Amino acid sequence: MAIALVLVLVVIGSVLFHVLSPWWWTPIASNWGYIDSTLVATFWITGAVFSAVVLFMAYCVYRFRHKEGQKAAYEPESKKLESWLTAITAIGVAAMLAPGLYVWKQFVTVPKDATEVEVVAQQWQWSFRLPGADGKLGTSNARLVSSDNPLGINPDDPNGKDDVVVEAADLHLPIDKPVKMLLRSIDVLHDFYVPEFRAKMDMVPGMVTYFWFTPTRTGTFEVLCAELCGTGHGFMRGIVMVDTAQDYTTWLQQQSTFAQLSGPAKVGVLVDRGKVTASME
Amino acid sequence: MVDVTPHGADLIPPAEVGEMELYHPHSWWTKYVFAQDAKVIAIQYSGTALAIGLVALVLSWLMRLQLGFPGTFDFITPEAYYQFMTMHGMIMVIYLLTALFLGGFGNYLIPLMVGARDMVFPYVNMLSYWIYLLAVLVLVASFFAPGGPTGAGWTLYPPQAILSGTPGGTGPGIILMLVSLILFIIGFTMGGLNYVVTVLQARTRGMTLMRLPLTVWGIFTATVMALLAFPALFVACVMMLFDRAIGSSFFMPAIVEMGEQSPHNGGSPIMFQHLFWFFGHPEVYIVALPAFGIVSDLISTHARKNIFGYRMMVWAIVGIGALSFVVWAHHMYVSGMHPYFGFFFATTTLIIAVPTAIKVYNWVLTLWRGDIHLTIPMLFALAFIVTFVNGGLTGLFLGNVVVDVPLSDTMFVVAHFHMVMGVAPILVVFGAIYHWYPKISGRMLNEFMGRFHFWVTFIGAYLIFFPMHYVGLVGVPRRYPELGDTAFIPPSVHTLNEFITVAALTVGFAQLVFLFNLFWSIRHGKKAGDNPWRATTLEWQTAGTPPPHGNFGKELPVVYRWAYDYSVPGAPEDFIAQNDPRPSTQGGHA
Repeated sequence: MAIALVLVLVVIGSVLFHVLSPWWWTPIASNWGYIDSTLVATFWITGAVFSAVVLFMAYCVYRFRHKEGQKAAYEPESKKLESWLTAITAIGVAAMLAPGLYVWKQFVTVPKDATEVEVVAQQWQWSFRLPGADGKLGTSNARLVSSDNPLGINPDDPNGKDDVVVEAADLHLPIDKPVKMLLRSIDVLHDFYVPEFRAKMDMVPGMVTYFWFTPTRTGTFEVLCAELCGTGHGFMRGIVMVDTAQDYTTWLQQQSTFAQLSGPAKVGVLVDRGKVTASME
Repeated sequence: MVDVTPHGADLIPPAEVGEMELYHPHSWWTKYVFAQDAKVIAIQYSGTALAIGLVALVLSWLMRLQLGFPGTFDFITPEAYYQFMTMHGMIMVIYLLTALFLGGFGNYLIPLMVGARDMVFPYVNMLSYWIYLLAVLVLVASFFAPGGPTGAGWTLYPPQAILSGTPGGTGPGIILMLVSLILFIIGFTMGGLNYVVTVLQARTRGMTLMRLPLTVWGIFTATVMALLAFPALFVACVMMLFDRAIGSSFFMPAIVEMGEQSPHNGGSPIMFQHLFWFFGHPEVYIVALPAFGIVSDLISTHARKNIFGYRMMVWAIVGIGALSFVVWAHHMYVSGMHPYFGFFFATTTLIIAVPTAIKVYNWVLTLWRGDIHLTIPMLFALAFIVTFVNGGLTGLFLGNVVVDVPLSDTMFVVAHFHMVMGVAPILVVFGAIYHWYPKISGRMLNEFMGRFHFWVTFIGAYLIFFPMHYVGLVGVPRRYPELGDTAFIPPSVHTLNEFITVAALTVGFAQLVFLFNLFWSIRHGKKAGDNPWRATTLEWQTAGTPPPHGNFGKELPVVYRWAYDYSVPGAPEDFIAQNDPRPSTQGGHA
């Protein structure tokens, strides 16, 4: 008998926990409200099914528990009942799948006006690269990674010269502008994960992966690594700041380009400085 | 029309099954150690699986201590945490659940339930166990190797699995892990071929496929699946072993390891994931299908009612088994594979919910108008349905590709798979042990300890894993030894983590009571007799309990009816054994 009561309590407890507990997702900061809606719809459908099945079990256990002289019914199958249940289940499943696939179509269709932003992961830090005035990122290759060129940007690619490099520092993004995050790793698998953006994607060495979103709320958001990447995995953090257009421009102007950071440019500056020093002497 | 009718006395086919030449042991060693009797092998498999499972249980306590009270235990460094986590997962999935369901229950129940004297290849069956034991010993050895066992996660994703940033990555840890898996698969293949051939070729007279108990259907289908799925893991392990040991680049692209250019070039880390999950997803059902089958028989026997919709149940098992080979990449929605795969794999994944739901309906409809005896096996079966439905439904979140995106790699996933393929099958394992222990030992397990074990395990496990979904919903990633100071994680999550840890330790303690009961009842349990549950299937109709070598008496039983003739109208008792030749007074349903 206790079991029938416990089954009822499991349902009531689970529903109350869902409604009353303080644990819910973080306030959304991207355009993926559809994902949240699909998730909420899934909660309702699955919650109803769970409650119905467990309460039905509880009733059966209460009603048909063994008593002296009781005999079970003999009913091997019922085609009609089984067909109905199959059909209803199929409809319920389709009701969850259809909106899911519809939103997935949007998720994988990057808008044409999305700005590309590159995230480069390595054990255990995040770096970023933004296209310069030409709007294009230069090519890259893990084989080119060195202490002078930590992101492995191809020095022979003219598109890469004006790329803005943000090494192991915060990334800023302008609000309400769609961004295509190009994801690259130079060592192991990582995953660029900002809970408030809802979207995430693994970063795989040897290839470039991506996802897109539009930041819809200014603020400071923590980046976590969501794919096990070694002992530092739990401590691989970064910051994304979503700015107003004005703040973003200010930040962008303070950043250095690949050409400014890389070897030849440095030499150039030193040579210039050397000349100045020489002339002063 | 498939013959599941109770009036089958006129349908006995001619004697096709010849008597089997058995190896008769000459000494204690060949009887109990290098045994060829499937029942002894079953106990060897189960004992070894439970022993290594105990290690996994202790590892889970250590992980929960760290998660509940981070910073309190100095010896649980991030390295150690990842090693505990990896070994816990690998042991539970492969060395405990797979070995116990197929090697343990498969060996004990298949020959008895189909009416065979033994497995068809007893010598190979013996080898299967010894190679399994060797695999377990190699796994255990990695705990004592320099650098310790691998901490790459049970998924062993390269490149990190074989690099210096991961515990055991450049030491012997990962090599021992891969070798152990390779050995396990070799051993399993020997056993698996046995189970399949025995079910297909060694059934006794009258035991048609559609008269098999669902336990046998579940184990049989799972074994066929395992024989098809494990080779993918096998080649993945061999290829990674080559990458690690002789510098090949199957899974290794050009990378920079801790500032150094690595010699690898051109490999694909995602290819490993495809191979791994081509095995890994069927593996979920390799564990689940035997549980489905066993729980069907537990419910039917203890509710004194035929399983509802037997034929649908068989086809659901076979259908789930087949479909589970085309859903694997739902583990890889955010892996960076081509995003259009998402459409296909989300659709196949949600389709698999339909046969799975049918199974759930038929279990609860079997309870409807039953004569429910709330024995310990029945209690575990009921608890299984609750946790399985719960875990199955959260699978609809994760299978629906776009809902998976925010939830993947969070604690929601950890909660989901523990509920559905941890707690649920393990509850069936317990139910099955309480059910068949009397046949194996001749004694009943102690009732009081059993009920204590049930209540603490069921309620405790639900309290561990139900709230854990919400930790994931907040956004807490899995595989983090501590959460640190993270803005979006409120302090209440830490409190919840402490609660979960306390619940986990309590449930862990109850398992020790269960283990004690297993040993205590061998001597002190109530005498069981041949058929304490008044069940219909052949294993309860043996000449003695425990059944002797060769299982049945001089003559093999002849089967006249399906496995579910409970409470047949007009019959003098509320069950008719499968080998009972009496025609029922009433026709029953088709």
